[in-house]
Amino acid sequence: MTDILQERERQVYRKSAEPFQIDCEKQSVAGSVSQRACVFCGSRVVLYPIADALHIVHGPIGCASYTWDIRGARSSGPQLHRLSFSTDLQEMDVIRGGEKKLFAALCELIDAHQPKAAFVYATCIAGIIGDDVNAICKQASEAKGIPVLPVHSEGFKGTKKDGYRAACEALFQLIGTASTEGTAATSVNILGDFNLAGEIWMIREYFERMGIQVVACITGDGRVDDIRRAHGAALNLVQCSGSMTYLAKSMKERWGTPFLRVSYFGIEDMAQALYGTARFFKDPEMMRRTQELVHEEIDKVMPQINAYRRDVQGKKAGIYVGGAFKAFSLVRALRLLDMKTVLVGSQTGSREDYEQLRELCDEGTIIVDDSNPLELAGFLQEKEVDLFIGGVKERPIAYKLGVGFCDHNHERKEALAGFAGMVNFAREVHSTVMSPVWQFTSRRRKEMAV
Amino acid sequence: MSANTIADVSALTNAVTDMSAGLNIIQKPAAPPSYVSTRNACKLCAPLGASLVFRGIEGAVPFLHGSQGCATYMRRYIISHFREPMDIAASGFSESSAIFGGGDNLRRGLQNVTAQYKPIMIGVATTCLCETIGEDVAAMVREYVLHVSQDAETGGSAPHLVHVSTPSYSGTHVDGFHAAVRAVVEALARPSHSRSHHVNLFPGMVSAADLRYLKEIAEDFEISSIVLPDYSETLDGPALDAYQKIPAGGTPIHGIRSAAGARASIEFGRTIRQRDTAAAFLESAFGVRAHRLGLPIGINETDRFFSTLKDIAGRPLPRKYEMERGRLVDSYVDGHKYVFGKRAIVYGEEDLVVGLAALIGEIGIIPVLCASGGKSGALRQAIAEVAPNLPESPEICDGADFMSIAEKAKLLKPDLLIGNSKGYGIARDLGIPLVRVGFPIHDRIGGQRILHLGYRGAQQLFDRIVNALLEYKQQTSEIGYSYM
Repeated sequence: MTDILQERERQVYRKSAEPFQIDCEKQSVAGSVSQRACVFCGSRVVLYPIADALHIVHGPIGCASYTWDIRGARSSGPQLHRLSFSTDLQEMDVIRGGEKKLFAALCELIDAHQPKAAFVYATCIAGIIGDDVNAICKQASEAKGIPVLPVHSEGFKGTKKDGYRAACEALFQLIGTASTEGTAATSVNILGDFNLAGEIWMIREYFERMGIQVVACITGDGRVDDIRRAHGAALNLVQCSGSMTYLAKSMKERWGTPFLRVSYFGIEDMAQALYGTARFFKDPEMMRRTQELVHEEIDKVMPQINAYRRDVQGKKAGIYVGGAFKAFSLVRALRLLDMKTVLVGSQTGSREDYEQLRELCDEGTIIVDDSNPLELAGFLQEKEVDLFIGGVKERPIAYKLGVGFCDHNHERKEALAGFAGMVNFAREVHSTVMSPVWQFTSRRRKEMAV
Repeated sequence: MSANTIADVSALTNAVTDMSAGLNIIQKPAAPPSYVSTRNACKLCAPLGASLVFRGIEGAVPFLHGSQGCATYMRRYIISHFREPMDIAASGFSESSAIFGGGDNLRRGLQNVTAQYKPIMIGVATTCLCETIGEDVAAMVREYVLHVSQDAETGGSAPHLVHVSTPSYSGTHVDGFHAAVRAVVEALARPSHSRSHHVNLFPGMVSAADLRYLKEIAEDFEISSIVLPDYSETLDGPALDAYQKIPAGGTPIHGIRSAAGARASIEFGRTIRQRDTAAAFLESAFGVRAHRLGLPIGINETDRFFSTLKDIAGRPLPRKYEMERGRLVDSYVDGHKYVFGKRAIVYGEEDLVVGLAALIGEIGIIPVLCASGGKSGALRQAIAEVAPNLPESPEICDGADFMSIAEKAKLLKPDLLIGNSKGYGIARDLGIPLVRVGFPIHDRIGGQRILHLGYRGAQQLFDRIVNALLEYKQQTSEIGYSYM
């Protein structure tokens, strides 16, 4: 059995007849080596894909360095989001304050790059040294005539989820500041897709084929002007609900925009997202087009998926991702490949999320909140997992133990959403599970000897 | 042609060389950066360097006193290069720790790391957050050790705790690296009554392959050596059966303990010579002679390293290295025309840049720009020392970022770039090759296995540089010869 820190025992649940109980949504245990990042990370991942905005980190250099061009979020136009800007605060700035430096940095960068807006990420020590980031943003905005938005993302001020919220607050300041003229009655905003490997282009095309106008993509392939007029859309579609529900709720309150929770991962969830949207607009003609679209797309991809399934069926999978919502889709997508999920966890899931995972999974499945490398390694061995799904930090744990791995995080360069994305997902799974290299790793070597 | 004429010509050549050497010295300092902001940084923050050092010590776990994100970001960054597990613990500041102090988090964190990992040592590096709120981490660590030693439950045994101050508003990852090496030595080395025969080797931030090669060299000289840090196995280990909580390998603690009684220390890095490093500390506190050399990259710098080893060991160069050197010289001759007069930009950590400038200078490539995010103040002088007779003075840029490098590159029109993965965008824009060296390499596999040091490292770098230029020539040729 895997060793678990006493303080963390209640954050692990094994599905059984025992009553469901899990601790979550709490600060990581000190010294546990959590896979989580911080408030800044939450803000940065949400806003990163806005391609015509300037993103500047106000603080010492680390936070900007580690987030420079690390994600697969694509833009169809400007590439400004892929650059890394920082005030790179030095010791003297810490002593004397960084406000002047921030103002000068904003002015020179806005002049040089002519962005449509600027996001200023205040990191750990910006607040500690008492810089009035709001005032500087206001001043720069007046001087340069573009929105300059503070993002209060001091790393220690909570968890990644608080960073999502800070990002949503910054976005909310933009929304409603431009005319909604030309917005169709059947229109949506896509919230919580980050256009990794061009996924949002696929999704957008589906909606357009249904006869729906996409007003703003928030934030994949995002543009400031689209976001400013997002309040005109008839419906918000919220994926990655952990990060975007706050914005959707704020918009509902302020503009009355209803929202639907959706996921574009896996055939079932993708189809559900389109049908749910069509149902919302109560247009039989749109529903007919949607059915056609779904059938057509499924017919296109199923033969390939079936071919991969023949090889991978019966294998055991483990999932450890940032948000629990993605885990639901992954469990279902794996089921389509006849694979069984024996371990599933997330960094930031809520009790309701885990309860839903419990319903979705089989007996014995391990459900874990805010895990760490030692636990994950233990679970992979205990459950004899064949395929682990996670991000860059989870990858070496799997590989070291001779377990296949599929990257489903923000850094990936493979499109895994949409119908076509399911084929890519199946191919990814297939290419790791079926690789002949495992014959040399000790775990499989032993299996083969038996 | 008479013998006289030849002598005249060579005198003339020497005069020209002297003049160009003179030009190097009177060269103006580079224009100050025109931007207040840092645009695509050519540096990482100090605790990352410290974490690498701690990972290279037997049974040690790196621990950051600060926000959870610091540890996670650095882990991800290091993993992307080494493709190995890299556990860094954090005290995980909350808002209340930022206000009332993080002492409690630190204590609980150390307890939990001890319970989970059963480490021999925990290396505690600070972050900008805890430094800014003025935490006395050294005192907290002392207090913790005292507390544990009086605790009956633990039997009074705590792992060794080493603390290093690495605020990210001061210096770069390289400064964090050297500070951690020094902190470990200062904390663990014990005075010794007699001189041992072993040698301390402080190589600086080099690759896992470099570390393995250095150990092999010492062995071949029959010198017993302590290499600190040594992540050659902890960050480049074999596939495993069971997960190792702390990977095997690393500098043994007993070795670090005995550092004060060593025969000598060898420390690489021309830009850290004036600094208070581990070797400097051992020399001043314990009289261990410090040999402070440049990173042995290229023949000239490697000759200096081997000459030091010959002196220390009192024995000639082993035949193996004589042969390596001989083959390297032979290949320099075979390939010299492909590289002569080419213009390169080298960038990365200052000492790596110095080494690369030495290497390319000695094969006839002109380092037109030597850039680093570091700012020791010693870069210009160090490059002048290792690459004295260049036909054209290189532009030296310390405190540089990648956008300023890109802007200069447009004007300098180099033939190739030599440095880490972060320069790929520039190479792509200019349509020229990038020879990947250093850290991070996260757009290729095997960064940890790139060999830079010694004759063997120079051989690999030389072959890669020549082949990159040949490939470029082939790709851009209308004819596309298969025979070059």
